[in-house]
Amino acid sequence: MRSFERVTGIVAPLDRLNVDTDQIIPKQFLKSIKRTGFGDNLFDAWRFADEGAIGKTPNERRLNPDFVLNQSRYQDARILLARRNFGCGSSREHAVWSLLEFGFRCVIAPSFADIFLSNCFKNGLLPIVLEEEVIDELFEMVNACTGFEVNVDLPAQAILLPAGERFEFAIDPFKKRTLIEGLDDIDLTLDYREEIAAFESRHRQRMPWIFIN
Amino acid sequence: MSAQTLYDKIWDAHAVGTRADGQTMLYIDLQLLHEVTSPQAFAGLALHGRGLWRVAANLATPDHNVPTENRELGLAGIEDAVAKQQVVTLDDNCRRYGITQFDILDPRQGIVHVVGPEQGATQPGMTIVCGDSHTSTHGAFAALAQGIGTSDVEHVMATQCLVQSKAENMRVAVDGALTEGVYAKDLILAIIGAIGTAGATGHTIEYMGSGVLELSMEARMTLCNMSIEAGARAGLVAVDDTTLEYLHGRPRAPQGELWDLAHDYWLTLHSDDDAEFASGFQIDAATLIPQVTWGTSPELVVGIDSATPNPDDAPDPAQGQSLQLALDYMGLAADQPMVEIGLDRIFIGSCTNARIEDLRAAANVVRGRKVAKRIKQALVVPGSGLVKAQAEAEGLADVFLEAGFEWRAAGCSMCLAMNPDRLQPEERCASTSNRNFEGRQGHGGRTHLVSPVMAAAAAIQGRFVDVRSLL
Ligand code: SF4
Repeated sequence: MRSFERVTGIVAPLDRLNVDTDQIIPKQFLKSIKRTGFGDNLFDAWRFADEGAIGKTPNERRLNPDFVLNQSRYQDARILLARRNFGCGSSREHAVWSLLEFGFRCVIAPSFADIFLSNCFKNGLLPIVLEEEVIDELFEMVNACTGFEVNVDLPAQAILLPAGERFEFAIDPFKKRTLIEGLDDIDLTLDYREEIAAFESRHRQRMPWIFIN
Repeated sequence: MSAQTLYDKIWDAHAVGTRADGQTMLYIDLQLLHEVTSPQAFAGLALHGRGLWRVAANLATPDHNVPTENRELGLAGIEDAVAKQQVVTLDDNCRRYGITQFDILDPRQGIVHVVGPEQGATQPGMTIVCGDSHTSTHGAFAALAQGIGTSDVEHVMATQCLVQSKAENMRVAVDGALTEGVYAKDLILAIIGAIGTAGATGHTIEYMGSGVLELSMEARMTLCNMSIEAGARAGLVAVDDTTLEYLHGRPRAPQGELWDLAHDYWLTLHSDDDAEFASGFQIDAATLIPQVTWGTSPELVVGIDSATPNPDDAPDPAQGQSLQLALDYMGLAADQPMVEIGLDRIFIGSCTNARIEDLRAAANVVRGRKVAKRIKQALVVPGSGLVKAQAEAEGLADVFLEAGFEWRAAGCSMCLAMNPDRLQPEERCASTSNRNFEGRQGHGGRTHLVSPVMAAAAAIQGRFVDVRSLL
């Protein structure tokens, strides 16, 4: 998994409640054999004014100029500022894959849906939960200032603002370690590689018939 | 050691240890793969430069997307480009990693949950996973079999472990024997109707009692298959002589001394007499009659002698409203007798009911009769190529064809309508599959879940009928 330590970048404000995974990546774009290729269809129904199809690139489509991510000031945004219950709905991991592929490394919101949250940690997208009032304040700052950048510092558990202000955030210590070290779920299990191998050889002795094929 | 359930025993025999986050790493003996949920897992492995922990623990076959016509054309017979790409990708991945695959042209190809047991790959006491929720089917062999998501498919490929916390134990006791014309499908539908689709959430069910001992292995598979529709993580049946007889001599089952060794261990795979279960449910099989679902969830089920419910009679308005929504989607009125419901299509197939005994039972009803005129299509889709060949050898295929059924090649087909077999909007289908959700068999399609003999009887009459009147 991609590790996450510090990210500096433009913040894009998505001022909507309960953004669900079907809005993040609509189901007609899930028909793929890859984990990649979903960034082009992130927020598809909002970003584009026409209907998409698998394999059609954004260059061949009509953009919806009103959608926030299409505004020039938010090009190259790396941090998404969102509202309550972000990522609700179906469990599709594609939602996280599409955000990452589009270029986001961090989502800041007052709350996230459960499965989306756990999918974030499995893929190296940092979800930050802040108080509703702090989120309001951030929305104001982002809207007021073109090119508003912040620095997200995971080891320090803080968001550093241009004016020197900082917002601290909480995170489970185990998950923090996972992100900083870039360990994904598989790596975490492979830490126990020797235990698994030892178990396997005992298992093979006890139940050899399982291993004949 | 204190008394243990069957689930406890299999869990303990596979617990490698506890990870730093407190979850258990459970060693997985067998992973079944198919074309829809494996490609991203393989891609993930490649992306990280990882290999498979134990190649021989994997067995693959394409099933979800394969067309059931023109099978002899192989890959060239797949018209949907995405489906074809998925099947080709499975071929490529299996070749690259050296995984045994029964490919689209192999006579052993079929629905993963039919193929595993048929080959003797599914064995008692094993832990089995597959990126498909109906993996619970294999629990009929006292194997702990669970459906998993794509990230976990990759996780098991790379580590041979599934990381999870243990579920609770639930006992479903079945007393008495099923009567003529009533099958395991009716039993599991009645259980789900009683406990609800969340009735076993967070639990592993063990089915026990005299009614289960009487069942054949194929019937036990039907029972365990739909554990998932009751919300359970897995379903289990203890090992007995029926299990051992079924397994003996299968291609991947142990032989000779290894068989003896395995056999002795397998006979320990039952719950101890005084083992404790967190919850339980009891049902009398002898009093059951054929079941039919009327709504858009497997729990919305009644006996064939009953009618659709009346939302006005629901205990609270919210419940009444949800019954009304289901009736509306299904195009049915309140208090409508099941035997008055006419049908457009018939589907005999799926991992629930497409094994040889299912086809024999259905053929018995069909023999010498004709599919009713109003039925647009009646499909029989065997669960595997071997089931198909066996049915042809026994003359069952001819019975179906003479009656006006279509006889297809093996696959999931109209169970989930990812291949070309599907319902048109508002078409009504009697189906032997396991899910009747909105749109499951095609956009706007209406699915009624029944046993194979009930589907066969419905094909003959053009509407639902108590199959026992045709026996
Ligand atoms: S037959 Fe239906 S339920 Fe069974 S594996 Fe195929 S799609 Fe899933």
